Amino acid sequence: MATAGRRPPLALALLAGAVVALLLLPLAYLVIRVADGGGRALDVLWDRSTLQLVVNTVLLVAGVVVAAIVVAVPTAWLVTRTDLPGRRVWAVAATLPLVIPSYVAAFCLLGFFGERGLLQQALGVDRLPDPTGYWGAVAALTLSTYPYVFLLAQAALRDLDPALEEAARGLGVSRLRVLARVTLPAIRPSVALGSLLVALYVLSDFGVVSLMRYDSLTRAIYVQYKSLFDRTPAAVLALVLVGLTAIALVFELRARTRGRLWRTGPGAARRARPVELGAARWPAVAWCGLVTGLFLVLPAGVLLYWLGRGISNDRRVVVPWDEAAHSLGASALAALVTVAAAIPVAVLVHRYPGPLARVLERLSYAGNALPGLVIALSLVFFAARYASPVYQTLGLLVFAYAVRFFPLALSGLDTGLARVSPRVEEAARGLGRGPLATAWLVTVPLVRSGALAGAALVFLSAMKELPATIILRPIGFDTLATEIWGATQVGAYSKAAIPALLLIVLSAPVLWLVHRDSGRLAESGG
Amino acid sequence: MRTIAVAAAVVGALALAGCGGGGSGSDGPLTVYSGREEELVAPLFEKFTDATGIDVEVRYGDSAELAATIAEEGSNSPADVFFAQDPGSLGAVDAQLEALPSETLDRVSARFRDAEGRWVGTSGRTRVLVYNTGQLSQDELPASVLQLTEPAWKNRVGIAPTNASFQAFVTAMRLSLGDEKTEAWLEGMKANDAKTYEKNTPIVEAVASGEIDVGLVNHYYLSLVKEEQPDAPIANHLFEAGDPGSLVSVAGAGVLSSSDQTEDAERFVEFLLSEEAQQFYVDEAEENEYPLVAGIDPPAGLVPLDEIHGPDVELTAFGAELSSTVELLRKTGWLS
Repeated sequence: MATAGRRPPLALALLAGAVVALLLLPLAYLVIRVADGGGRALDVLWDRSTLQLVVNTVLLVAGVVVAAIVVAVPTAWLVTRTDLPGRRVWAVAATLPLVIPSYVAAFCLLGFFGERGLLQQALGVDRLPDPTGYWGAVAALTLSTYPYVFLLAQAALRDLDPALEEAARGLGVSRLRVLARVTLPAIRPSVALGSLLVALYVLSDFGVVSLMRYDSLTRAIYVQYKSLFDRTPAAVLALVLVGLTAIALVFELRARTRGRLWRTGPGAARRARPVELGAARWPAVAWCGLVTGLFLVLPAGVLLYWLGRGISNDRRVVVPWDEAAHSLGASALAALVTVAAAIPVAVLVHRYPGPLARVLERLSYAGNALPGLVIALSLVFFAARYASPVYQTLGLLVFAYAVRFFPLALSGLDTGLARVSPRVEEAARGLGRGPLATAWLVTVPLVRSGALAGAALVFLSAMKELPATIILRPIGFDTLATEIWGATQVGAYSKAAIPALLLIVLSAPVLWLVHRDSGRLAESGG
Repeated sequence: MRTIAVAAAVVGALALAGCGGGGSGSDGPLTVYSGREEELVAPLFEKFTDATGIDVEVRYGDSAELAATIAEEGSNSPADVFFAQDPGSLGAVDAQLEALPSETLDRVSARFRDAEGRWVGTSGRTRVLVYNTGQLSQDELPASVLQLTEPAWKNRVGIAPTNASFQAFVTAMRLSLGDEKTEAWLEGMKANDAKTYEKNTPIVEAVASGEIDVGLVNHYYLSLVKEEQPDAPIANHLFEAGDPGSLVSVAGAGVLSSSDQTEDAERFVEFLLSEEAQQFYVDEAEENEYPLVAGIDPPAGLVPLDEIHGPDVELTAFGAELSSTVELLRKTGWLS
């Protein structure tokens, strides 16, 4: 790599270092709590049940990652590289589940497949298999996370230079072998990054494992806090989660072939000619229909059913506009702040690769598998003690979102920067432009789609975020997520359906923005 | 770029608007951390402001999470009052609560308040067996919670082992019958394949849908589920006198010693025990709870509190006993 070994400017290194140091606050808090507990911490660590929790958690992560890849990669290939009928519609439909909070997904799956749920009522049978437990948790988490893999795989497939595949085909290699030996390896880094985001989400999620009654580490952490008020074991288990994050990061690094993705030859990349599906188009449409039906139509349908039931039971329908404005404002702020914070780290990683960049980038993921409750309490600890003017302000809430969702912003910038060859920047420098002017004139426009994608992912996640929002929001600052929570607390599903549907409707246009932007980029490249 | 600039401007304005409400000055509104759901208690706060002119800001959350928040905030807590769902959450932070005036404490029977007067019960709830009236008639119901381990109840009972209210009931059983009998009961429930739920509401829903026939819950979830499903075939059953299954527990409130508005905070707790607030539980509250102050009759259809003879145990002891209870739940495989 031409740029390897260049020393980064001091200001950039310091900025990136400061950002990562702030991201590590929750870890510092956990270490303080574990140190408080003294020898007890070790007892928790060596307890037999801790091992069982680790096994359960690893099984859950593995199951969801595999399911997400199986759902996302074929769908992404069908909508980007074939003449599938209605592929633009399927592409949008496949990303939409990203706007459904995982706890809502779990509620909806249970409302449909659960005992005496809608399905059982429709079939008129006495018993259906119990949908809770491992498989229920895998299904609900796959629903809310596979779009990460889908989005990244779709972008990689679209930007893939068809020259390689065509060369292989020209040498007489069969279409299937080209897919297996050329196409899939080429998108492997993107799929690996998507899988990492999935894994981190699964590690941190409490809503689903709680509703599906699956004993994972996160559920155990909540039990420690909620029924025992004991912070030492909770902190130890949370550090075990950080350990699992480290393992996931190693896996991702291995799967990512750190090669060049940008073209070095003259000329621009073309778009690939779509594969003609022929008779296979109907099974392909059926597949997309299945994915959309299960992961989008079903949850939305259950919500609409609850809404209808509420109306027919004479529940007052109040549209929570204020809460919606709060959600939108806080999430937009979070998107801006997080992407801005991720820029120095992303630039460092891509333009000044070296031990410092690698360490900072990997450290920025460290707290990401922590449950929202743990992150919230750690910020309560630091803010109430050492920064009381910001405590319980919108600023601290946005900061919490940035800590939780930093990797999403980083991954967006990552894919953007990876596609811009440093040579383009070097050319600008060679023409006498300063580094800042180069960044503004060359790099920023080129990574804009990546930054927008990252911002959109942060925005959507912040819209859905619940555990940290409950604790850190300013008093009276209700959001759509807290509305949903408040209603489900007392079992008022018909009341929860309104904010849930509003959350989905308000989030969807943001996805459309991402689609439109990346579509335009691809067209201008072709 | 232009869209980003517009978004930034909108967001900046929102941020400025939202950042105002930070610290708590002594003449600012009273800050209450409420583990009780907004759906249920919001009218109480309005009534307090109407009666006293004191503004209240309420942070709603889960009782235990709010207790953890108060513990992490330490002496810098912005909270003046902690209004919690259960004695356990109040007990977890009792070191940060100050003793309440005796006139306030004395309005409630000693069994419904902290022995050292740091928190006081404000409304009561009993543990009951909720049952499906389509599946079971009244005479088929067990007299004691201990009978639920009999083979006849295999696969038919729902419990919530991670929930504070179930754990309080197990503590009551330990304190009244001893650890050995409790352990045997928990093992018997395991052998009987009792189904687990995260909390009370889903148990009542499962009973209503026929997924299970009976469930161990607090009495007032019945009316909450009926609100959503008016025709649900469900009813509550009380166990016999002295049975640990008919424990009476409370939601309660305490004043934080770090509060700089102690006087207003104490007025708020006093208000919760006033005739007006207690009558609220009878007349208006969706959740059908028991008033605790003497002389106010419970809502229609509820067995009066003084006719319910729960186990002979002290609620104050529950906080300290919780870790042994959880240990026992672990040992018997109900918690990991």
